[in-house]
Formats: sequence, structure tokens, C-alpha cells
Amino acid sequence: MSAAASGARTASEVAAAVATGQVSAAAVLEEHLARIDATEAEIHAFNHVMVDEARATAQAVDEAVASGSDPGRLAGVTVALKDNMCTRGTPTTCSSRILVGWRPPYDATVVTRLAAAGAVVIGKTNLDEFAMGSSTENSAFGPSRNPHDPSKVPGGSSGGSAAAVAAGYAAVALGSDTGGSIRQPAALCGVVGVKPTYGGVSRYGLIAFASSLDQIGPFALTVEDAALILEVIGGHDPADSTSIDQPAPDLRGGLGRGVDGVRVGLVRELMGPGIAPDVAQRVTEAAEALEKEGARIEEVSLPSFTYGLSAYYLIAPAECSSNMARYDGVRYGLRAEAPGITEMYKATRAEGFGPEVKRRIMLGTYALSAGYYDAYYGKALKVRTLILSDFERAYADVDVLMSPTSPTVAFDLGAKTADPMTMYLNDVCTIPSNLAGHPAISVPFGGGEGGLPVGVQLLGPALSEPLLFQVAAAVERAATAVFEGRPL
Amino acid sequence: MGERLTREAVAHVAMLARLDVTDDELDLFTGQLAAVLEHAADVEALDLRGVPATTHPLPLVNVLRPDVVQPGLDRDEVLAMAPQAEGGRFRVPRILDEEA
Repeated sequence: MSAAASGARTASEVAAAVATGQVSAAAVLEEHLARIDATEAEIHAFNHVMVDEARATAQAVDEAVASGSDPGRLAGVTVALKDNMCTRGTPTTCSSRILVGWRPPYDATVVTRLAAAGAVVIGKTNLDEFAMGSSTENSAFGPSRNPHDPSKVPGGSSGGSAAAVAAGYAAVALGSDTGGSIRQPAALCGVVGVKPTYGGVSRYGLIAFASSLDQIGPFALTVEDAALILEVIGGHDPADSTSIDQPAPDLRGGLGRGVDGVRVGLVRELMGPGIAPDVAQRVTEAAEALEKEGARIEEVSLPSFTYGLSAYYLIAPAECSSNMARYDGVRYGLRAEAPGITEMYKATRAEGFGPEVKRRIMLGTYALSAGYYDAYYGKALKVRTLILSDFERAYADVDVLMSPTSPTVAFDLGAKTADPMTMYLNDVCTIPSNLAGHPAISVPFGGGEGGLPVGVQLLGPALSEPLLFQVAAAVERAATAVFEGRPL
Repeated sequence: MGERLTREAVAHVAMLARLDVTDDELDLFTGQLAAVLEHAADVEALDLRGVPATTHPLPLVNVLRPDVVQPGLDRDEVLAMAPQAEGGRFRVPRILDEEA
């Protein structure tokens, strides 16, 4: 039986209803907790459900409404947080044994901003350990499952967040996207997922995987909800030196504008070999639907995309090996007892990290080591420049690009765990945006093989979020028109 | 790739990464790392002379904050999360009399 929620209220509806006293934040929360009770044992979206904290927050929101004070733009909206974002005093594990028992002494900036807006954080979601993976199977606490079909993965690494929204456990969720870790699980779980421009959302309190690629973004049932969340969490933060020095842009204002005259490029390199025909078919249909609304569709070639995957799997592990060095058994988390300090480091890391994290630490250490730096890491950074140049050329002719989000619909648990390279190929469509620092959105567009959700990816240049959301809203309207009354 | 990745090279990398690995893990990682590096051979083979590196997607330089004292984290709260602490400090195993 599918655990996917239907008829759930959107975040925008909840915020409006709670702020005007039509419904209480407490009642909204209890609806979500009831859904968690019903199916979470099978789905395993959460590492930790914050029942008591969420009830206290909801009560505070209801008291603010009763007293006539402004409850905030997200009054009573339940939010699930990927468990790599710091929540003061509440366990934050990155789904790793090395952080079991650790409770952060501070909140991530996104958590502070959500709280100030009246949102109700409902729990911390499962992920591939330290966000390294594409299926949530690399979690030390066991995999999450896809609410549309629990024999399938929800995607990853933010699989728990995607599953939580798809199953109606929370109105919205936050994830982090280093090579597709928001967009791919959003596509596989049939929800909207956004990777903002690098620097658009503060990374303060996001536990780092690959610092030049990591970016926080929302999961939501609708494009409007994703825009609302991004308006709340986005904008400059002095605590993150890579944060763009601008306020969060208005994203909801343009959602109804349509796509008349908008030039959309279909990425040739992401529509051919390696892309399942059922997925490519839906993307083509989405393009045709936009064309009917007045968009101009053309095919665009970005030849350097061919090298994106290789460059990514040198850069991300290199930065990972550096970031993972802090887990040494000294300041937080696990410590394995050993007589000397070097033995303690080695034993702690061997015991605390899972196989994929170890693999990437090894790969990154190798790519950065003497004699190999120029051949691997140095060259990969230059490939990043090639990909940026390809994007620049493309955006001289078109306003946005379109492609599949994931090469396939959700796959069986265990199908790709034996060979790391097979798993890495899942990221081929999403990686270029991370390497370029550009924003991208995945919007559900019908179903593919087995009736499982397909996601269409929209890509734009840096800071093009207002236009991307405008086009995403048009894709969403087209999906409703084309697939209404039919199951996925 | 110019040369085949050896088991010895992988063991050296594990030492650099301060990671104990079992014999089985050494065998596994040697094969898997070689496969990823083989895939990366397309990048290794590119002639990229004259192409600048991109390390940051946006041109932010010399990001500074106002030179104003800000409260830091509470020391006791931070140390409470350490595996071992003593006298307001992190406690570690002995670091002298040890082979590197």
C-alpha cells in the first residue's frame, strides 16, 4: 500500500489558516503526528521525531495568535530537517555512528529563521551518512523507503526529507544538495525540490560535506510552498562568509506570470543514452506543454557536461576528506580508546565511519596527495570552468534549461549498492548546477515505469530563482492539467 | 590512468587519512578506487593548459565582518559534548613518547 499522502494541506494554506485562527497550530501538528504514527515504522523518514519540542512550539504559535501578535509567515507550518543541520540541544547525527549522542551547542541559521517565522520543527530526517549517497542506503541507522512504493529507495542523500513530505509527515522539509541530494530524492518521491544559487541560503550550522558545492534548500508539495520557504530561509548571513550579500528575493510574486516568450533549452547531453525512455518521454511532454503556453523550445548542447561526473567525483571527495578530518575523537562524538593519540584517531575513525564515507575520504586523500594533486584535483577545478563557460554560452540563447532530474524513476533497495560507480551515475543530471553554483528546481511531472514519479529539472544562471520559480509554476500547472484524474 | 593503483599505495593513503583499514577493506578499496579513477581518466586526459581553475562560483573576495566582539559558544556546553574533558580543556591520550 502506498504511504504517499493525498489531499494534504499546503504550507501556504496552513500558514494563512493558523494566522487567522481558523485552525490551531496544535491541531495541524497532531494531524502530522498521526500520519507519522500510521506509516513511519515502514518508511523510516526520521532519525528523531521531536514530539515534545514540536508541541511546545505549536502551543507558543497558538498563544501568539490568541494574543493578537504576529505569529510569523510560517505560522504552524510543520518542517522536517535533514539531520545534518544543527539544532541546539537536540541530537544531530548525520546518520553516522561517529556523531551518536552529540547535541549541538547552537542552531543553524536556517533553524533560527524558521523558528522566528513561526514554523514548527517536527523532527530530524534520515540521510546517507554525511550526505554521501543517492539512495539513503548509506545511513548507519538503516535505509528510508519511498512512500509511493516501499520496495523502492526514496533517493538521496536527503531521502528522509523527501519521504517525509511525500508521506505527509511534515508540510515541508529542508535538505542539502551537493551533487543533487535535494533534487534527485524530490524527483523520486514526487515532490518539489530546490537547490538555490550557491550562497543564497546560509550554510552556518550545516555540517559540511563538500564546502564549495553544499547548499541548503526546500522540499515542498507545491512550487508556491517551496518559494515561501526559500523567502524565509534565504538572504545574507554574516555568519557564513560564502553567503551572498543580498536579501532573499521575492519568489511568489511571479508565479502566475506564465512562460509566454520564455526561451527554454532542452539539454541534448541529458536526453539521450543513459536516460531511461519513460523519463525522457515525460520531459519532452513537459517541454511541449510549455510550448503551448507560449514558451520557445530549442535543443541546446553543453558538451562539457560529459566531464561533470568525473570532475565531481574528484572535487567532492577531496573536500570531503578535508571536512571529515575534524572527526578525530577529541572534541565531540565517538572516541575509541587507544593508548596513543594517533592510534586513537585511526581507531575512532575506523569504528565511526561507514564504508561510503571511508571510500570518499580515501579517494579524496589520494586526489589531494603529493604527485596527484595537479592531475586530479587541479584538473577537476579547471573542468568546472569549462562547465561554467558552456552554461554561459547556453544562456546567451535561452533563459532556462530543462532536463530530467534523475536518469530513472526510483529503483529497488539494494539494486545499486554493490558497485559505487553505478550509484554515482544517478547524479549525472544534477551535478553540473553544483559545479557551476547555479540554482535548479525539480518539479514532478507524471509517472514513469511502475507508476513511479518523474521529475523535470529546470536550470538557470546564478540568482535566476525568480524566473526559475515562474517557469516551475507553469510546469506544475501543466502537470495538473495533463495528469488530473489519472493516477501517476 | 598512467599507473595501476596498488594495494600499498592505498595503505599509504589510509595512513595519511588516519583511518585503520582491515585487509579486506584494503582489497575492496583498491578495486573500487581504481574504478573511480578509471572513470576520471577522461578528465586526466584533457589538455587544459590556459584554462583557469574555478574554486568558487561567485566572485566574493575578502569577506570581512565588522570588528565587533560577539559572544562565543558557552565553554561548559561545548565541553559537555567532548568524549573527555578536564579543567576546562579537552582531554586526549598521551601525545609524547609515541612513534609517528
